[in-house]
Amino acid sequence: MKISRQEVEHVAHLARLNLSEDDLVKMTGQLDEILNYVAKLEELDTTDIEPTTHAFSVKNAYRDDIAQESLTQEESLRNCAVRNNEAFIVPRIL
Amino acid sequence: MQPYTLTIAESLDHLQKKELTSKDLVESCLQRINKTETKLHSFISVFEEKAMRRAEEEDNKRQQGQSGSLSGIPISIKDLLCAKDTATTCGSKMLENFISPYNATVVEKLENEGAVIIGKVAMDEFAMGSTSETCAFGVPDNPWKEGYITGGSSGGSASSVAGGQCLASLGSDTGGSVRQPASLCGVVGLKPTYGRVSRYGLVAFASSLDQVGPLTRDVRDCALMMNCIAGYDEKDSTSVKIDKGDFRQSLEAGVKGLKIGVPREYFGEGLNEDVEKIVRNGVAILEDAGAEVMDVSMPHTEYCVAAYYLIAPAEASSNLARYDGVVYGYRDGTADSLMDMYKQTRSQGFGDEVKRRILIGTYALSSGYYDAYYKKASQVRTIILNDYKKVFEQCDAIISPVAPTAAWKRGESADDPLALYLSDIFSLSANLAGVPGLSVPGGFTADGLPVGIQLQGPHFREDILLKLAYNIEKSTNLANVLPEIQQ
Repeated sequence: MKISRQEVEHVAHLARLNLSEDDLVKMTGQLDEILNYVAKLEELDTTDIEPTTHAFSVKNAYRDDIAQESLTQEESLRNCAVRNNEAFIVPRIL
Repeated sequence: MQPYTLTIAESLDHLQKKELTSKDLVESCLQRINKTETKLHSFISVFEEKAMRRAEEEDNKRQQGQSGSLSGIPISIKDLLCAKDTATTCGSKMLENFISPYNATVVEKLENEGAVIIGKVAMDEFAMGSTSETCAFGVPDNPWKEGYITGGSSGGSASSVAGGQCLASLGSDTGGSVRQPASLCGVVGLKPTYGRVSRYGLVAFASSLDQVGPLTRDVRDCALMMNCIAGYDEKDSTSVKIDKGDFRQSLEAGVKGLKIGVPREYFGEGLNEDVEKIVRNGVAILEDAGAEVMDVSMPHTEYCVAAYYLIAPAEASSNLARYDGVVYGYRDGTADSLMDMYKQTRSQGFGDEVKRRILIGTYALSSGYYDAYYKKASQVRTIILNDYKKVFEQCDAIISPVAPTAAWKRGESADDPLALYLSDIFSLSANLAGVPGLSVPGGFTADGLPVGIQLQGPHFREDILLKLAYNIEKSTNLANVLPEIQQ
């Protein structure tokens, strides 16, 4: 086994997902199968090979620090499920 | 003549000669949608009134001599591109009620050139899938055969263009999501070079792989769409400043002297016989037209699926962390604590495939596994990129299948995610390497299902692919061939 049920539970917590008992069993099996397959990469010697994160190097693109138009407060709040007139509302934290 | 059967180029010609109005054209597509949509399910939303209003505006502008390069042309867009004040669902319950606060750059560009956005089309949830069956709002059907998949993730784009519901569509391609549905539905689909087209306003899936691309009825229309959407955008930091020229320019230049590589690793076990025959026929067409065909090797092709299915989910798990129920999107209203709110929101809002990829990606990036999985895959990506560099020292473009098979029956791939990932083997590497890839219709299987031929070229050489595809299209006579859809 490449991945255990406990590990899937831990990863689900990191990803902020709840899995039902059935999902946990199914996902563990499928993830294990996928991880077994991707282990194929171990066949390749990658010592001293630089990783590629973008197909060609992209430099940070900066613009001049000049104030530009942005969304209004109302536009920013428009898609929020729970809000008042000026803020996003979430369950109490403290 | 039914206006919806025209290509963009033909429509523009008729419009200019005053033999047709934009209103006729848009009305014809809307009627076609009404007639076929109960079968095809291409659309998540249709903008009937707005499209008619826009068509009238374009007709007026034309009378005043002010029309753009796509004036009055009805186009659909994949439902992950933001169009101001319309819903952008990404095919997910998570974004069911999300209203775009601004336009994607490509949407802005289409509208500036006079295009009429007729609606937003179905897709796999968050573009994760190869069949469009993970869409939360109806699964599109293949216009060529009832009950068959359209391919995906831009399945609604492909079915709307092939089904005569609009003249062209914009999709997105992270591992084949424009090319594969184009192949399976018998239309032209192009994934441009990474950085060629702005992604501002495209909902992110895997940021180092995503690219917006057109699906059209023929190669010339593909060039027309590229002329409109390509170009540098300061709002997309990965956008590249490079001259775009006119993509139509080289279409008719001929292929004499061009070197075409046939990568032998693309023709191995698992390739459907009909598909192979169709691709080989494409090779013969180019050879007859004067291209020099050569056997080449891309020895690491077999590692593409493994590398891709670590890199793409890793990036997705990070990009999709933003769906936490706070600022936009679905929220579970019953949780008492913030942690429960996050977990319940995400568990109820995302479908199984999205969860699966978030889990793989989170695992591949997690402490203790990062080097073994994500870093290793990124190093293999370098090796795959080198395969491309070497092969393009020998030839101008490579030709291959887009996918190992034609479309298959809906429901067949439901519970075997790995088998489905493996079907992406021929399309993923273009995204890993950032090169352009195009699918052009090549023929039909014995069952009457369309099959596309894939052309890939060096960075920013879409012109070569368009020229080759144009030659194939001329010979197969498959430009703008629409299926009969039984009412």
